[in-house]
Amino acid sequence: MHLEYTVVEGDFVNAGTASSSVKKTLKQLNVAPPVIKRVVVALYEAEVNAIAHAYGGTVSVDIDAQKIRMVVADRGPGIPNIALAMQEGYSTARPEVRDMGFGAGMGLPNMQKNVDKLNVSSEVGVGTTVEMEVNFC
Amino acid sequence: MTLREITTLLHGHVCTGEAYLDEEVSTAFASDLMSDVLTLNDTPLLITGLCNMQTIRTCDMACLSHVVIVRNKTPNEEMLELAADNDMVVITTEFSMFRTCGLLFQSGIKPLY
Ligand SMILES: Nc1ncnc2c1ncn2[C@@H]1O[C@H](COP(=O)(O)OP(=O)(O)OP(=O)(O)O)[C@@H](O)[C@H]1O
Ligand SMILES: [Mg+2]
Repeated sequence: MHLEYTVVEGDFVNAGTASSSVKKTLKQLNVAPPVIKRVVVALYEAEVNAIAHAYGGTVSVDIDAQKIRMVVADRGPGIPNIALAMQEGYSTARPEVRDMGFGAGMGLPNMQKNVDKLNVSSEVGVGTTVEMEVNFC
Repeated sequence: MTLREITTLLHGHVCTGEAYLDEEVSTAFASDLMSDVLTLNDTPLLITGLCNMQTIRTCDMACLSHVVIVRNKTPNEEMLELAADNDMVVITTEFSMFRTCGLLFQSGIKPLY
């Protein structure tokens, strides 16, 4: 199954639409609730990042019997030092983002903790791509 | 403690989820940082000062269904619709975060950590 979503620039109110929809789909597919939670927490963090730190982008999701693969690709400033960004507590979030309840520097470490495979690639001035996989068993 | 008792204790207002007020709460977690809430493995009552769409979304993702919003902030229609869709209980109180936590702690609600 293939699903695609658009993450709209600056649209905080709708941040999480893709994650909500994926949650519903996985429920219908009878995936175990703890696995669903890991998937949607990681995807939600990535979705919020694409709005908080970039100018929106796309989410594409592929689901088969064994696993879910999610790719969040944004247009944005990119991440100059990925190792630094992955550290817990590191954040460059603007005040507007902090007002929304984000900017603790915990998103990327949260993704790492919840998924079985994480790959972050980024080109400064172009954008960032976050690829994640979660196995169903 | 039931959500009904919690509402009374906090002089609260139930914004949505009247039908679930007899559900029991034994633990609570207080935070305004949604990424912090997203690290929880448990499903406590959430006490927060953050009142926007991300409060409700975060609860949806983290499988939390009970929220107390402090300092008299009023959730908008859109938030309450999403909360109702997810069978959540949203209670508001004019008490501060500190007072809310203190009252609940005193009544035997346990912290997660
Ligand atoms: N898609 C992105 N584009 C550009 N920079 C990013 C992106 N994602 C993360 N970053 C950078 O990495 C930092 C750490 O990201 P992370 O998600 O861990 O924390 P945060 O978003 O700042 O706060 P939190 O996720 O706890 O709300 C960000 O502050 C930002 O500097
Ligand atoms: Mg983040």
